[in-house]
Amino acid sequence: MNLINDPITGGLVLGVIGLLALATGVGQILKRQNDPRFDPAVIEQFNLRMRAWWLMCSVLAAAFLLGQTATVILFFGLSFWALREFITLTPTRIADHRALFWIFLFAPVQYVLVGIDAYGLYSVFIPVYAFLFVPVRVALAGDYKRYLERCAKIQFGLMICVYCLSYAPALLNLPLPNGQNASLLLFFILVVTMGDAFHFAAEHFVGRRIIAPAISANRTWEGFLAGVACSSLFGAALFWATPFNPLQAAGMSLLITTMGFFGGLVMSAIKRDRGVQDYGTLVTGHGGVLDRIDSICFAAPIFFHVTRYVLPAVATTTAINM
Amino acid sequence: MLHPNSQHASSPRAEGTSSGWGEHVDLQTQATRTFLAWLARLISGASVRWIDCQPDTCQRVYFANHTSHLDVLVLWASLPRQVRNLTRPVAAKDYWEKSFIRRWIAKSVFDALLIDRKEIKVHQSPVDLMLKAMGDRHSLIVFPEGHRNTGADLDEFKSGLYYLAKKRPDLELVPVHIDNVNRVLPRGEFLPVPLLSCITFGPPMWLESQEPKTDFLRRARNAVRRLKDL
Repeated sequence: MNLINDPITGGLVLGVIGLLALATGVGQILKRQNDPRFDPAVIEQFNLRMRAWWLMCSVLAAAFLLGQTATVILFFGLSFWALREFITLTPTRIADHRALFWIFLFAPVQYVLVGIDAYGLYSVFIPVYAFLFVPVRVALAGDYKRYLERCAKIQFGLMICVYCLSYAPALLNLPLPNGQNASLLLFFILVVTMGDAFHFAAEHFVGRRIIAPAISANRTWEGFLAGVACSSLFGAALFWATPFNPLQAAGMSLLITTMGFFGGLVMSAIKRDRGVQDYGTLVTGHGGVLDRIDSICFAAPIFFHVTRYVLPAVATTTAINM
Repeated sequence: MLHPNSQHASSPRAEGTSSGWGEHVDLQTQATRTFLAWLARLISGASVRWIDCQPDTCQRVYFANHTSHLDVLVLWASLPRQVRNLTRPVAAKDYWEKSFIRRWIAKSVFDALLIDRKEIKVHQSPVDLMLKAMGDRHSLIVFPEGHRNTGADLDEFKSGLYYLAKKRPDLELVPVHIDNVNRVLPRGEFLPVPLLSCITFGPPMWLESQEPKTDFLRRARNAVRRLKDL
């Protein structure tokens, strides 16, 4: 069933298209003028990114139009590719081969469980069952060299790339009072993405004190605070797409962008340790899939669970306001 | 299918035709080949890079490092279709004749040239067999290490590549580096793990006049090795 079937979700989609069109227009104008203050390489990079954004938004919109199953499958595809990128960059030993084979089977299982809304199972499948399975399978292979490290790497990859990301499509199954799950998922993706963009811009203009110079030279405390503030305002302005009031929407956006920011920082730390710039080369101008979804991975489970906890309270206030 | 291309990657169309647009292949074989190539790319997630080299249907010898049974399939699948139809892998007879499926893939799909590693006859040396199999239109895929290598570095190359180059100085020798396929399907395993691998084609090389065998083989080995870090 089409997920863009109500005016609120439709409005969000139109808003995104408008935003993209605006940014693309600005990029094209900047490309055509000859002001020496603008670096042509940066503009070219920006335009390349815009093209990739159009592509990604089209894919997401197509999945929404095709319905919930298609959206879950899309996120499964992202998880699968991110897991490939993660394990490819992670040194494993030949003895880990069978364990790795199994974790690539756990990914579709997790998404089937999300698709059929088996909350009691999908919320524990990877952190309990897969978590215990991995060390057992690695031990059975009989290679003890750097044993704990190898197990931890596989478990981490599975948790971040599959478990955490699967909470984004799981938002479609939350029992919301107004039933507008599609717009809640769009709200979430928009806030994460705009949060990244705000951070990027804020670090450029106000960034001074670098948080962790060895990990990321362009993540600063000022940029973090300004970015979080901007995206909280942005999220509050979108409260009509959520079951929250403006203040609650701002709080949720604060939570989402903070987690997203830390997600980017953590994944950067792993990249630095492996000595690479990006996880992959799938989308030109954007690096790999994991480079794009790191913030979503960290924000999704927290947003899902906090929404789930506060939902009864939110539902009551909504009912009173009505 | 979306598959990653680095900025070095060129268009997947073959350019230049020294001997026509591929070979005539019947529909069923073509369909099987296309399916297998697609499957290989899906499993190995191979990104293909052509560095200072373009896909071409001229006669070539692709020589690569060898770490996995999937190497043949992945390298062959990363060639554009017209080139693929003209390219015959050289493979070990003892492995590819073991089961019905392998024999069928080697014969009907790859049109592979199977070399008996155990019994090398004097009157029919592998190099002569390879030259015969190439004729005046086919290209070959060879693994000059002669066996699957499990170490970190390339083994010494066997001399076959040198004698091929000596007897047919017109052949383009194209170094190919295969990265990460050994983790997709390591030695002794039969179920692949769908990681991402990378196939890099380097600039063609030739045997210099008067170049000694060991010098040439070392140069060829370094040509493959240097592609890893490009």
